[in-house]
Amino acid sequence: MKIRVLAVLLTISTGAALAAPMSVQVRNCRVRATPSQLGATVATVEYGAVVQAGALQNGWYPVTTADGKTGWVHESALSKKPIVMRAGANDAATGVSSDEVALAGKGFNEKVEAKLRKDGKLDYTWVDRMAAFNASPDQIMKFRLQGHLPGGVQ
Amino acid sequence: MSDRHSWRLSPLVGGAALVSGLLAAVLFSGCAEVSEAGAGIAQAAGVLSPSEAQAVTRGAKAVEKSWQDLTPEQEYYIGRAVVAQVLQTYPPLDRPQANDYLNLLGQSLAVFSERPETFGGYHFLLLDSDEINAFAAPGGLILVTRGMLRCCQNEDELAAVLAHEICHVEQKHGLSAIKQGRLTEAFTIVAAESAKQMGGEELAALTREFEGSVGDVVMTLTTSGYSRKQERNADAAAVELLQRAGYPATAMIAMLERMDERLADAGGLGFAKTHPSAKSRADALRTMVAGAEFAPDPVRQQRFSVAIQPIVAGK
Repeated sequence: MKIRVLAVLLTISTGAALAAPMSVQVRNCRVRATPSQLGATVATVEYGAVVQAGALQNGWYPVTTADGKTGWVHESALSKKPIVMRAGANDAATGVSSDEVALAGKGFNEKVEAKLRKDGKLDYTWVDRMAAFNASPDQIMKFRLQGHLPGGVQ
Repeated sequence: MSDRHSWRLSPLVGGAALVSGLLAAVLFSGCAEVSEAGAGIAQAAGVLSPSEAQAVTRGAKAVEKSWQDLTPEQEYYIGRAVVAQVLQTYPPLDRPQANDYLNLLGQSLAVFSERPETFGGYHFLLLDSDEINAFAAPGGLILVTRGMLRCCQNEDELAAVLAHEICHVEQKHGLSAIKQGRLTEAFTIVAAESAKQMGGEELAALTREFEGSVGDVVMTLTTSGYSRKQERNADAAAVELLQRAGYPATAMIAMLERMDERLADAGGLGFAKTHPSAKSRADALRTMVAGAEFAPDPVRQQRFSVAIQPIVAGK
């Protein structure tokens, strides 16, 4: 019994030790109730926001958001590199070297796209229309169910 | 090479030219110590403040970065411009019902991808072209021609086409087409920007590198094609994706065989130009997938017919 308690304590402490800050690297990050892309959304987290992530399990991190909500986020939505949002931001103050920082908001960004639009070089009308095609998790579930596709989603 | 660098050596705003020149020295020598020494000189000369000099030193590592270091946000903006450029040659097909169906199918597959989350998500669009082709722009924007739809007899086969394209996005094959020189330039400008605020000239220079990068991807998608290895990897990953999503992977073989016949009729245009032969791909897949015939599910067949048949049949 003592050994079992010790094992549980060890597991908990190991899990806590593994929790590390990670940055959201996609625009709309949904925190899911279950480790599934079609799991219910318990919170949405902004681009560049930091969450506390536990140990990776089959491509999913258990996370805690800044306001204390817990759930799961797929690894492709998170980055170990801190994300500096503003152009010209002084990351020296944070003590993080540029090499460890994702240069978000710098480089190829909305400023570059705005310049191409302004110069009349590219027409984004259909790109914007295309980006507006969005199937909700409910629509996808229904589509799969009706099409006799297996219910289990990773 | 000197031509492509000449803009940076021309007089820029204040000390930015010197900063860029120092980073160029690092680039040419491939030696970070040069930058540290250079930043020190610039600081001593009063061009840079100590914190700016520190930023340049840190920025030295930026010039060693490659396409793998592009953030999902940067990939997103490249992908959007790639689509805008491809649409100049291949007009969109404005058929809401068919595009809605394509997106429902594609997005229901993307959730099973190894990379379900991209910066802006996966989106799909039909192209008004009889050429047999499909394009995956970085970040998840996927284009499919009417000619390609004609190679698909049911939802399962269209799912195979979309799964293959999703896997190109997942494996960042589009980004890998960008020439290293352009990224070195871009990362250098970005590194210099952390020392000084970006001015109009730097933005113009960055935009030029962006356009060049977009051009590299478009050229690969429409003309030169990915490597055979990348195509094989996309096929293999697509088989796994289809299986995870519950679609029969044999549909991919059936689709490729039909494509092979149609490509022979089309005289080697479109997809044939940018992909290994459909027959060789089907043969390779047979070693991975049990080759049993499958009967398409009637509901999936019905919804595919309603959405896609009018597109395939008429102009």
